[in-house]
Amino acid sequence: MENLIQLSLKGNKRACAKLITLVENYPEEAEKVLKEIHQYTGKAHIIGITGPPGAGKSTLTDKLTKGLVDQGYKVGIIAIDPTSPYSGGSILGDRIRMQDLALNTNVFIRSMGTRGYLGGLSKYTKNALKVLDAAGYDYIIIETVGVGQSEVDIVKTADTILMIMVPGLGDDIQSIKAGIMEIGDIFVINKSDLFGADRTATEVNMMLDLSMNMDRRPPVIKVIASKNEGIDDLIAEIKSHIDYLKESGRLIERRTKNLKLEVVELIESELRKIVITHTDSENRLDKEVINILNKEKNMYEVRDEFLGGINGKKD
Amino acid sequence: MKPIRVLIAKPGLDGHDRGAKLIARALRDAGMEVIYTGLRQTPEQIVAAAVQEDVDVIGMSLLSGAHNYLFPRVVELLKEQDADDILIVGGGVIPDDDIPALKEAGIAEIFTPGTTTTQMIEFIKTNIKR
Amino acid sequence: MFNGEELSKIKQNRESWEEKVLNKSLAKAPESKQEFKSVSGAVVNRLYTPEDIADIDYETEIGYPGQYPFTRGYQPTMYRGKPWTMRMYAGFATAEESNERYKYLVSQGSTGLSVAFDLPTQIGYDSDHALAQGEVGKVGVAIDSLKDMEILFNGIPLDKVSTSMTINAPAAVLLAMYIAVAEKQGVPADQLRGTIQNDILKEYIARGTYIYPTEPSMRLITNIFEYCSKEVPKWNTISISGYHIREAGSTAAQEVGFTLADGIAYVEAAINAGLDVDTFAPRLSFFFNSHNDLFEEVAKFRAARRLWAKIMKDRFKAKSEKSMMLKFHTQTAGCTLTAQQPDNNIIRVAMQALAAVLGGTQSLHTNSRDEALALPTTESVTIALRTQQILASETGVTNTVDPLAGSYFIEAKTKEIEEKALEYITKIDELGGAARAIDLGYIQKEISDSAFNYQMEIESLERIVVGVNKYKVEEGSPKGLLRVDPIVAEMQKKKISEVKTSRSNEAVQEKLSNLRKACQGTENVMPHILDAVKEYATLGEICDVMREVFGEYEQAVLL
Repeated sequence: MENLIQLSLKGNKRACAKLITLVENYPEEAEKVLKEIHQYTGKAHIIGITGPPGAGKSTLTDKLTKGLVDQGYKVGIIAIDPTSPYSGGSILGDRIRMQDLALNTNVFIRSMGTRGYLGGLSKYTKNALKVLDAAGYDYIIIETVGVGQSEVDIVKTADTILMIMVPGLGDDIQSIKAGIMEIGDIFVINKSDLFGADRTATEVNMMLDLSMNMDRRPPVIKVIASKNEGIDDLIAEIKSHIDYLKESGRLIERRTKNLKLEVVELIESELRKIVITHTDSENRLDKEVINILNKEKNMYEVRDEFLGGINGKKD
Repeated sequence: MKPIRVLIAKPGLDGHDRGAKLIARALRDAGMEVIYTGLRQTPEQIVAAAVQEDVDVIGMSLLSGAHNYLFPRVVELLKEQDADDILIVGGGVIPDDDIPALKEAGIAEIFTPGTTTTQMIEFIKTNIKR
Repeated sequence: MFNGEELSKIKQNRESWEEKVLNKSLAKAPESKQEFKSVSGAVVNRLYTPEDIADIDYETEIGYPGQYPFTRGYQPTMYRGKPWTMRMYAGFATAEESNERYKYLVSQGSTGLSVAFDLPTQIGYDSDHALAQGEVGKVGVAIDSLKDMEILFNGIPLDKVSTSMTINAPAAVLLAMYIAVAEKQGVPADQLRGTIQNDILKEYIARGTYIYPTEPSMRLITNIFEYCSKEVPKWNTISISGYHIREAGSTAAQEVGFTLADGIAYVEAAINAGLDVDTFAPRLSFFFNSHNDLFEEVAKFRAARRLWAKIMKDRFKAKSEKSMMLKFHTQTAGCTLTAQQPDNNIIRVAMQALAAVLGGTQSLHTNSRDEALALPTTESVTIALRTQQILASETGVTNTVDPLAGSYFIEAKTKEIEEKALEYITKIDELGGAARAIDLGYIQKEISDSAFNYQMEIESLERIVVGVNKYKVEEGSPKGLLRVDPIVAEMQKKKISEVKTSRSNEAVQEKLSNLRKACQGTENVMPHILDAVKEYATLGEICDVMREVFGEYEQAVLL
């Protein structure tokens, strides 16, 4: 593993890929790897790309990556697709739209299944992100499953979020869940040569104008990703957002907040493990649940008894 | 448990993807993570994708008759990347006479027309190298 | 088709038959399955009676051959005049070898040529392109420049034969080469008969030999429509193909629905380009698959004819009956051929050919028994051709027009397929037309769902495939398969470099630059392609100019 880490830090893709497999699948190894590479992380700028299915997220990712690579950057991509809840398998098809990138030495693409995780990412996306970050990718693009599923996790992960929309997907704006509009740092109207693009742009602009609590009004830009039109403008907007984040102190603020959440989550998940494995001997939880159902106990009593067990005080 | 990761690729210029899509779905339904890369893949692209995705298996489907060139080329490139621990299987319109040479070149199995998806799944499960 | 009194009597008698005869029989010997399904998965009833066709009006829905809505065929006499065109798809390796095969087929009574091109040609790459490696001459003949086309048709009088070319994205270039060869033979363009496939939408859906994005591809197609309506008036400018949609795993109704939806998109594009519907619609032709389910297939062909006639008349307000006639070529279903016990394929092909003939096809390609294994040998091709000749000369199926009309089953099934196909067309209209539905992956997804179900039925033995999941035998490796010598690629490369040294490169550059300007603007590109072809610009060079201006298509996949 030590060897893999050293190779990955030097830019070896095979090693980097193997590390991602470790941090995605084997919690104990993951911890070791992430401890080792911690000092090398935090340099990459994380771009989240989200939007409804059919919005052209993969094509946009492809073209955006090409644009960034042309400017001399190294780009890592994590593309997320849903995992089937029935079989646990998945078909990860985002690479189809990124064929030319596969051979670019400055690009690394990894597909991930959500594996039952509901936040629009995979539970281990962040781990993979750190491996790519440490491997020296300047930008890391995360392409989410797509609006429709909960997209809250991208907010906790990305520095800049692109909300992709297209004209003609029904009542697009209305179909996007309330609350989703607030997460976009840049709104991208893709396929803007289609009928209705102007209307979509106007609607997005109106909604943004109505929104309160914004110290930076997100820009709305029109692109045609398939024809590579508007990509330079998009890159300029991303850079301007980065400048804003840095100058306003929001980058540190955002990352601090996200890191805090991550640490809390880490502690929570460890606590859960302790509670379940250390106190739930002989199906005690099941029994207690029956007790609650039968009104012999209430759930607060049960909580205290469980936690008492952890504290070492037997109930 | 880590799911088996499989790259399903269509090398060459052949556009008939009925079989490739069918197998992708069957493997997904068998609990595998299938990376589907679409049409017109060069051997170089296939190997680059396999390396980055760290797959356990590469499955290639080809009906145009270019298998004797394209399949072994993929094996060769994998070796260059020290990635020859990946199981490689192929399928399509492939004459029996070609199969020994393809196996010699490092293709673990050739699935000819009539093979069921169940047989392929079984083969993959029993033969993955890691 | 029956009056109320007759119908109620039939109903009464049927019910009494069910009670007295059928139920007794079922009690003694139950049927082998709960439900009987067609190859497409449609439920097939035990018995069809006049009740099933009661609401079909004979005069308006079935009518007479050669007359709207053409359910019974597009000509009044059908095969009594002359049998269908026996058109065998062939071509492999070099132009020289394919030329020999064509001459052989013509000498054996084949009445039309059908050219198969190799994949690099179909995708607009010269044989020396990196992506052509391993593919040159494999699934068809390699054509790099006019030179190859001259060799391909050497000694074949182009005013005498009709030629079908399976070429789509670069159809304009190959058509231009054909026109140029004819000119050298002294045959004027207005004497040329034949077809280019030129159906890009189904390439995006099912066959995969696309080059350019949808919009410029549709423009190339309308440019060809316009050019041919003036210069090559006997040429069928498109063959709107359901064949490959079916091969990709669609049902019969999907084949009709998606193919006609593509047809609608082409007609709309041409009308939007300013063409009058009656100038180009008579030159539209179709291409369908003939699958295993005999009756379903016959019904499918009849349904397609009726539905298209209605679409042209009602939706596009065509005035000429010629615009409403759906003429079609048929190929037996390649996907039904088995690698196991390959001789069994001869029987499958014969049944499928029968379905095509009973369905009123205009031309037919019968597959060879060894095509699940490799390209067909001459012997296999001969058997396939003989199958058609036996059908036409010995079986008597040509004696009367649309012999299955009036069958309760066939008419009910024809109506059912028409209705299902129309549902798909309506859905595609709602999505914004065929091009948009393809872009969204809708059509591809519907087809791959059907293909998946079909395969699962085979694996669960719900569907029997003789020699594959039942009646299996141990077999040795088949011998004597046709092989394409890898030397072909080297020969093609050599020819390209010879062409490039003997032509005027200055003239080529000039013509290509004219073509580039035409592509950037709005004028018809056909004359410029023809100019470039005549100067021996290669296929790859011409297609690259268009790639530069138009960009390339990106596949949409939903799984």
